Amino acid sequence: MNREEHIVTLKNIRQSFGVKEVLKGIDLKVYSGEIFGLLGPSGAGKTTLIKIVTGQLKPTDGEAEFLGKNTTKLSSADYKRMGMMLDNLGLYERLSCYDNMKLFAEICGVSRKRIEEVLHGVGLWESRKLAVSGLSKGMRGRLAFARAILSEPQMLFLDEPTSGLDPATAEGIHQLILEEKEKGTTIFLTTHNMFEAQKLCDHVALLHEGSIVEYGEPGEICRRYNHENRLQIRLTNGEKMELINGEASARQVMELLQKGEIETIHSTEPNMETVFMELTGRRLV
Amino acid sequence: MTNILAILKKQLKDTFKNKEILIQFILFPVIAIIMENAINIEGMPERFFVTLFATMYIGMAPLISMAAIIAEEKEKNTLRVLMLSNVKPAEYLTGTGSYIWLICMLGAIVFAVTGKYEGKAFWIFLAVMAVGILASLLIGAVIGTFSRNQMMATSITVPVMMVFAFLPMLSMFNETIAKVAKFTYSQQINLLISQVENMKLESTNVVVIAFNVVLAAVLFGYAYKKSGLA
Repeated sequence: MNREEHIVTLKNIRQSFGVKEVLKGIDLKVYSGEIFGLLGPSGAGKTTLIKIVTGQLKPTDGEAEFLGKNTTKLSSADYKRMGMMLDNLGLYERLSCYDNMKLFAEICGVSRKRIEEVLHGVGLWESRKLAVSGLSKGMRGRLAFARAILSEPQMLFLDEPTSGLDPATAEGIHQLILEEKEKGTTIFLTTHNMFEAQKLCDHVALLHEGSIVEYGEPGEICRRYNHENRLQIRLTNGEKMELINGEASARQVMELLQKGEIETIHSTEPNMETVFMELTGRRLV
Repeated sequence: MTNILAILKKQLKDTFKNKEILIQFILFPVIAIIMENAINIEGMPERFFVTLFATMYIGMAPLISMAAIIAEEKEKNTLRVLMLSNVKPAEYLTGTGSYIWLICMLGAIVFAVTGKYEGKAFWIFLAVMAVGILASLLIGAVIGTFSRNQMMATSITVPVMMVFAFLPMLSMFNETIAKVAKFTYSQQINLLISQVENMKLESTNVVVIAFNVVLAAVLFGYAYKKSGLA
């Protein structure tokens, strides 16, 4: 990944709907080849921001750029570089999986072979003749994902891609996202799922009431908020103990390890949810 | 052109699975065939049912279909996905509009055959129908664009459709209604259809139809500016 090259740049983005200010001066950069996660609870302004980045919405103030171009002036060629999976999937319910893909293949000038390849990739080739109305929620999600990557875009926008899915199906979508990253696609992901963000993202921004309250690598953010910095140990006899994570406890831990008395050992660094709660006083959901 | 064709093909496939829209295209031509062949009352004007139902067809089928299709696409977010996939609003409207126009013209051919129009009269009948269908399509596009969802589209479509589809029929029985109805394109189309074999195109016909179309175009501009397509 070339850290210098950024695909999306947001400068002091503000968005108001009537008297309500939804975004309050957002500054962000999304780097080429990374998975960027915009993390925040429902109503934080994630979808509004994605609409601005994709040129669906003109910001009240500030400047949004996609590949150096103002998002209010995106051309057909720019849109061909984007793949999108919106919060509301936007699938044609009465058409089959294949016909849904075929429509967009014709619009994007993509071959039929690519449709087959993508449907195989998301595990929907066998179900290609089924009408979307007969698909499960997970299958619909995979179909929307397949449509988003159909034209092999440079950048993928995924708005809550696993919202409402069971863990196994969500895991399947995560694998597909990681495969796209491997191919060099830059991914802009919005989610309120902290585990998803921690697992997938190279950088995350925590959005709260229209402002970015934290930005960085997920692990680094969690370490930064590890105020307690302790080790929680559960012994084989069921006893629990907590030690300071430092040189002073090293001998004690080593002894316990040597005696084989440690059943579990954990550090106390917080997860994204805890960090978010510390910063905002509320949960992510 | 590629995008327009893609939209047209999609619409064709979708309609065969969409009974609500499909019935709009079939209902009046079928009723006209049955009535024209089954009922023959003494003194009844020639091709009474063809003229009556062809006018109703113009006032209902294209208007309801266009409004319903656009409103459904807006509600289900498919229209936004199309726009983000580089389909221009004009391409979408042309693709959907041409599809409805073509299907309705098939219905018009059924009316023409049922009415036993021949030679020049056959083509004049189709030309009048084509103009009427276009005007209704534009009004349907106004409603579909203005509406946020299907429910809103239906609540606007029903009264509008009743005015344009039923005023010509009611004006046959009531002179006051006829005085109002003459300002609608559907009434003018009805008058033209009823004199297809001895067509005397008057300036009133052209002016009223043109005024209705221009008004619909202005309203479409307003609806598009206010609500947009996606």
